[in-house]
Amino acid sequence: MIRISPAVKHLFVKEFTSYFKTPLGHVFLVIFLFGIGYLTFEPGRGSFFYIREASLGPFFRHIPWMFLFLIPAVSMKLWAEERKTGTVELLLTMPVSVAEAVIAKFLASWAFIGVALLGTFPMVVTVIYLGSPDLGVAFLGYVASFLMAGTLLAVGGFFSALTKNQVVSFILTVVAALFLLMAGSPPILEFVSTVFPKYFVDLLESLSVLGHFDSIERGVFALSNLWFFSVMIVFWLYGSIVLLNENKAD
Amino acid sequence: MLEVKEVSKTFADFEAVKGISFQANRGEVLGFLGPNGAGKSTTMKVITGFLDPSGGEALICGKSITTERKEAQRFIGYAPENAPLYDEMYVREFLTFIARMREIESERIPDRLKEVLTMCSLNEVAFQKIETLSKGYKRRVSLAQALIHDPKVLILDEPTDGLDPNQKHDMRELIRKLAKEKCILISTHILEEVEEICDRCIIIGEGKKLFEGAPHDLKSKSNKGKIQDVFRAITLKTNVSGVSL
Repeated sequence: MIRISPAVKHLFVKEFTSYFKTPLGHVFLVIFLFGIGYLTFEPGRGSFFYIREASLGPFFRHIPWMFLFLIPAVSMKLWAEERKTGTVELLLTMPVSVAEAVIAKFLASWAFIGVALLGTFPMVVTVIYLGSPDLGVAFLGYVASFLMAGTLLAVGGFFSALTKNQVVSFILTVVAALFLLMAGSPPILEFVSTVFPKYFVDLLESLSVLGHFDSIERGVFALSNLWFFSVMIVFWLYGSIVLLNENKAD
Repeated sequence: MLEVKEVSKTFADFEAVKGISFQANRGEVLGFLGPNGAGKSTTMKVITGFLDPSGGEALICGKSITTERKEAQRFIGYAPENAPLYDEMYVREFLTFIARMREIESERIPDRLKEVLTMCSLNEVAFQKIETLSKGYKRRVSLAQALIHDPKVLILDEPTDGLDPNQKHDMRELIRKLAKEKCILISTHILEEVEEICDRCIIIGEGKKLFEGAPHDLKSKSNKGKIQDVFRAITLKTNVSGVSL
């Protein structure tokens, strides 16, 4: 069994509870829950009432676009703030390694997004009340959203470790997240295929977070999807560790 | 207790610390002096394990900060420059967090908290948010977090910087009290402070050790007994009237 270092546990608790002590956490929860509710039911094609189906499809379809702006707002402070105020010195002179600190902070932010997702339960209740949805698919939709959130948080953590400026970290994360979401979209692939060879286009397509998200959200949970999200998270977290070891002194 | 051997630190192409060695023992307050940018803070960051040295090593109670980092760090209490703290936390909550991170058993934490809160005169602000505290209190919170695990070695980076004369006095009193059973390394550029609390001092300039000895040795080099003249003569490497090095 893997033994979790006590320092990771305590840092996780401190970070997780800090989301509920600062305005950031509350603002995030209100905007996320209100926004996703509005987008799901907003009048228009593809909205919940328009498709006349007791399905969570319209709800999950909007999740990536909410995350695109809201996740960078959560991740931007992960390291940028610590480095700007100098508390990183306090943290890393306690018996905790950079890797442990990166993991603890990442898990805390991920758990916070988990809470936000749990807060959308009235959606599920509504759908169950109105019809008999496939709950397995709904569950997978949540799994996909959670995994995507983890990936985007890991990306955001990396950019937060890159700069001391939270606004710069936010903007870089939005751009990177947009690229990862859109990597598999036809206009981009078409454009890229005019310049780059086919294997590069395939590689780009396989990097598409949205592609993997859609596949799980539709109810097809392939091991390759899980593998993709895990590799992405590990890759970006590892990047943060390397980066912090390099630039923590700046 | 604290042994620094030929520590050097290079950032890209800038050599901040060029092979500094010294030792300090229990019951001793070692003053770390030098102009701004001399490498005091960098040396302290290497000793505390925040930065990896480019060469040499530091031993804390026999444990190497490079190869046995976590073990060595358990012996160190460190108050960084400018007292960085988690502003959104309450004083008590913050110290509890540090105590847990420092692996103090939960049942011992209330006692330790009581002790450091009293020692650093923080009882009246224990339930206040750190961001609402004055500079003097923030310094004391920073010192309290360094003391919570009762470390053998205490490293204080400019602990009296920005305090008013009364607060400076209190801080020095506290350091003197702590010195009896700990090994304290304190950086400062306030020369009277060195005379008042340090048993020994080291002057560094441009990353090198320029002087090591007792404060009165330093003072005796000036026929006017002016320690700042000696400091200028050593760090600027110029002739200052009345000083013979």
